[in-house]
Amino acid sequence: MNLLVHLTYLAPVIAALAILLGLPARRTAVIAAVVALASALIVFIEYDRGQAGYQFASALSLVPVWDLKFYIGVDGLSATLLLLTSIVALAAVWIAPKVEEDENRYYACILFIAAGAAGAFASLDLFFFYAFHELALIPTFLMIGIWGTGNRQSAAWKITIYLSIGSIILLVGLIGLYLLPPAEQRTFDIVKLQQLASTGVFAGPGSRSVYILILIGFGVLVSLFPFHTWAPQAYASAPVPVAMLHAGVLKKFGLYGLLRVALPMMPEAARHWAWLLLILLAGNILFVGLATISQKQLDLTLGYSSVMHMGYVFLGIASYNVIGLNGAALLMLAHGLSIAALFAMCGELRKQTGTLNYLDLGGLGTSMPTLCFVFGLATFASIGLPGFANFASELLVFFGAFRNGIAGAAFNEFEIVGTIAIWGVVISAVYMLRAYRAIFMGERQARWQSVKDMPVSVGWAVIMLVAALLVVGMVPRTVLDAIEPGIRLFAK
Amino acid sequence: MPPVILELFVLALGIVIILLESFAEKMDRKVFAWIGIVGLAAVFLFLQASVPGSSGMNSYVSDAPAIFFKKIAVVTTILVLIMSIDYAGTIKRYLPGQTPQSGLGEFFAIPVLTCAGMMWMASAVDFILIFVSLELVTISFYVLVAYLRRNLLSLEAGVKYLILSSLATGFTVYGITWIYGVTHQTNLSQIEQVLPSIPVGNQSGVLFGALMVVIGLGFKIAAAPFQFWVPDVYQGAPTPITAFLSVGSKSVGFIVLLRVVQTFQSLPAVGDKLITAIILLAAATLIYGNLAALPQTNLKRLLAYSSIGHAGYLLIAVAGISARDSGQAVAVYLAAYLLMTLLSFLIMVNVSAHGEGDDISQFNGLGKRAPLLAFGLLVAMMSLAGVPFTAGFLGKFLVFKVAFETHQFFLITLGIVTVGCGFYFYLKVVRAMYWQPVQGDVAAIPVSRLSLVTILALVILIFLLGIFPQFALGLLPAGPN
Repeated sequence: MNLLVHLTYLAPVIAALAILLGLPARRTAVIAAVVALASALIVFIEYDRGQAGYQFASALSLVPVWDLKFYIGVDGLSATLLLLTSIVALAAVWIAPKVEEDENRYYACILFIAAGAAGAFASLDLFFFYAFHELALIPTFLMIGIWGTGNRQSAAWKITIYLSIGSIILLVGLIGLYLLPPAEQRTFDIVKLQQLASTGVFAGPGSRSVYILILIGFGVLVSLFPFHTWAPQAYASAPVPVAMLHAGVLKKFGLYGLLRVALPMMPEAARHWAWLLLILLAGNILFVGLATISQKQLDLTLGYSSVMHMGYVFLGIASYNVIGLNGAALLMLAHGLSIAALFAMCGELRKQTGTLNYLDLGGLGTSMPTLCFVFGLATFASIGLPGFANFASELLVFFGAFRNGIAGAAFNEFEIVGTIAIWGVVISAVYMLRAYRAIFMGERQARWQSVKDMPVSVGWAVIMLVAALLVVGMVPRTVLDAIEPGIRLFAK
Repeated sequence: MPPVILELFVLALGIVIILLESFAEKMDRKVFAWIGIVGLAAVFLFLQASVPGSSGMNSYVSDAPAIFFKKIAVVTTILVLIMSIDYAGTIKRYLPGQTPQSGLGEFFAIPVLTCAGMMWMASAVDFILIFVSLELVTISFYVLVAYLRRNLLSLEAGVKYLILSSLATGFTVYGITWIYGVTHQTNLSQIEQVLPSIPVGNQSGVLFGALMVVIGLGFKIAAAPFQFWVPDVYQGAPTPITAFLSVGSKSVGFIVLLRVVQTFQSLPAVGDKLITAIILLAAATLIYGNLAALPQTNLKRLLAYSSIGHAGYLLIAVAGISARDSGQAVAVYLAAYLLMTLLSFLIMVNVSAHGEGDDISQFNGLGKRAPLLAFGLLVAMMSLAGVPFTAGFLGKFLVFKVAFETHQFFLITLGIVTVGCGFYFYLKVVRAMYWQPVQGDVAAIPVSRLSLVTILALVILIFLLGIFPQFALGLLPAGPN
């Protein structure tokens, strides 16, 4: 079992190296992605939901003096996210288009990005938790710069510099967290740190400054308002597999970090700064939401929408109760699947028509019936219609926010932001349905007569993602049963 | 066996090579380089086996940091000699002599002598010995920097280095005399003992002396505002010598700086002010090095500014000297800096041997022309920028840790900004290699087997240090404190 956890990040790394050394790129990449998905699936199923905590753990001590280990293991939350990573990674590899030049490098970069995300979710050591995430930085830079579309060079610079500064802020915060306990208790071990938290060593005033560093660091990586401007442009310019992996999976790293590190270890500081997070996330939902409505291109609409939806996850996190946190965790999965599916189909549209501008498109529903149908499903999921996982999770998030309101006497800040967030659903319905109408409905222009429908290979990848959304949406308990015990350890 | 034997051996090695140059006219000069490499490798093995202990001398210590920095000096010299073998063609181009071999011998001999000076500096705990070994290093660099005497840039570099370096030496000597005037001592440990008992009125005299010494060392480690010589000298000097300057000269400068700053901590009235000066120096160096690197288009100049920038990070660690791990942070950072900088220079030597100049545009499309060299340079740039799993990240991590422990929040904030700048200018090289199309000459670049092995070894070491930090920390159980 432990080996299977290791396989989720090792399979892509080994495959990437093998591809760089000359193995056939596409075949090796698909095999590695399937192996990783199978391992993640088995880990997710075999994870014992009866007992909370970390399972399948294995450690290799690296620096005993600092208590630094290479420590891999999962709990329900990380098992879920590993599953998300490997599903999206398989879909991304599967739909990757034919590359004329440097096919090896193209696939190796995709696999490194996937490996970075998987490694970060599986790490139980702060050092490697951080390090794995940054593994994706350089491949992303190369992918967008070489194979991107549109204004790719400026997008690549922007995302790289933004994320590197975010990461270094996060690094300083994590170092601060490491230094908070007295010298003899210092450790990078996340499990031990969480136990230490219950003894109150992180409670002092120092923890508030450390928390704000960590919140901003993670916030930049998750595109928290006002640090979000890197995201839409980068996703619009990135090659489809990168957009899928980055928007779908990698961005969840910051949220995962808040749930794994910041909240359990510094609960007092998290409550102290909740007001700030509430203001910023309202910016995500309202400001970015309105900005999304004004977009005139599908790729930018999707890019902005993925920034906007982060606001809901942050709302669940800010609420700091079991319902809200459950919702946040479930929404990470749901959003990852739905945005990956949408970006995959967006890439297909671009390939067939050469444009994503709403003014140029229209009436494509008759030429591309399958794409139109599946895109519709993904659109509904993204808006949060019942039946999809997004609905279940957004509902939980709203309940979580209002629960804090009931506990307080007056109409408090959680209720205010919760109300704004509910209106956010309307905003997202406006821009997604507008996009849908502009692309698929109406009069078909003569030049789109010969446009072909989505090929079967892309179809399968997208249907896999949408089917997962439906399954989780119908029976959210399959995932929540795994996530909830871990959350109950630090929240009420 | 007294530890100083190793320095004497290295000195003898250099002299033997010079004698061979004079008397063995027929011998292939590249053999000289090999003699140097093998001899220094033997010294490295002895260093590896030696344990910290008493040296039997007052002015010379053989503690863990001394041994560690000697290893850095030796490894640097070995890599510089390897680079010089590949560089021999360029030397011949600029030194037309009577025989095809003339002028090469000294180019391989003098670095060995420099190495002896650096090893002494690592052990020196007396201002007299510090000064003498510093001069041994500096004077041999005078020769090396201006070595390509038919190349105007090299000559200009030589003159600049000569003048500014002598000026720096002047500062150092002046500072030493002030310190001697107040304490009547030149030995660092004696000074440390005497300091707390000097009259209050004399404290400013000691502070002035210490600041002068720090200014002198500031020239050696390329700290702003004493960095004026760096870009021009780095660009003009023969590339292996640039690498030698940026790694060797800097690392021994730092061990001396650490020892000097540590000495004055015994008198807080002086020590605290000295730390403030180091903080200001660090801030200026970080800002100048990283901001000035942004617009550079020549890789050698870029690396020159990056060398200034890295001096800034190292100074952060020196400013945190009260933390237990400060010396360790400096040492690990320098070890990482050695690997990644020498890797960049080694690849640069190989690429520019088949192109014109060292402009970044020469590297356009390198990913296609020479995938292996490009990958090596990619790793070097990632490490310089501080991406995890590389040695450079470990260095930055330790520096930020020390800064946090000593509450240097001003420097941390600056550091965050400058790391962001670093990502920009290091990735400019990556962009040239992978984004840009090949220009002009598209022929594949031949690489000698020796270079290839060295490049691979350096790449592996960079990852090894990044993934298994204990590998570096184990070399250095305790800092100089």
